[in-house]
Amino acid sequence: MEVPILKQGEFLIATFQAALSDADLKSLRIGLVQQVVRFRSRAVIVDVTAMDVMDSFASRTLREIAQMIRLRGAETVIVGIQPEVAFAMVQLGLTLEGVATALDLEEGLAYLNEKFKTTN
Amino acid sequence: MPAEEVEVAINSDQDIVLARQRGRAMAIELGFSSGDGTLIATAISELARNIVSYARKGQIKLKGIQGSSRIGILVIASDEGPGISDIRQALRDGFSTSGSLGLGLPGVRRLMDEFEISSQSGRGTTVKVKKWRQ
Repeated sequence: MEVPILKQGEFLIATFQAALSDADLKSLRIGLVQQVVRFRSRAVIVDVTAMDVMDSFASRTLREIAQMIRLRGAETVIVGIQPEVAFAMVQLGLTLEGVATALDLEEGLAYLNEKFKTTN
Repeated sequence: MPAEEVEVAINSDQDIVLARQRGRAMAIELGFSSGDGTLIATAISELARNIVSYARKGQIKLKGIQGSSRIGILVIASDEGPGISDIRQALRDGFSTSGSLGLGLPGVRRLMDEFEISSQSGRGTTVKVKKWRQ
């Protein structure tokens, strides 16, 4: 399943779908970092609003994506974790430690714009 | 209550997605809230992932159940994989033999209301979990 990646100025916005398989997540991991390199992006917003399940594999992959992007000198913000998904994650003991999160896309963009003081 | 039983064969990571979608659909059909549907789908995802990671193949059975005064859902994840030699250890947080975060079993136990596991080294593992409608 293709994950649309939108270029918005110096940022990239990746919108995750509900039914991503492990293989999809794995290919995203490298694909996103490649896009960051290609566009010299300063940050990536990963929008998970549509994801109905965030299990251990998905959250580990998100953490890895954020770490790789950080090594590249850019930042990752996860936005749109649904309340019930957050509840399930906490029950499973899953954290996204060290990864910035925001309520939704708008908040994520506001956070990054403030951080980089750009006029995206 | 839907009496039918759904069985999803787990042979690849694609089937993990299918199993949890079926589970959520059945939960909603049984009258569970959307929030509970997410908890059930997440638990199924972890159980199906254990099958793929440790046993390669197995199945997830889903069934609506009737308690004395309540309705629930039963999920049975079974495989004929290597089995778990130390179940007590596997139920501790953070334990894993595959380099992942852990078997996810303690988490699954927290997501669901009832949890039962039987495993025999070399013969496979069966995990039965139930969640009751509030």
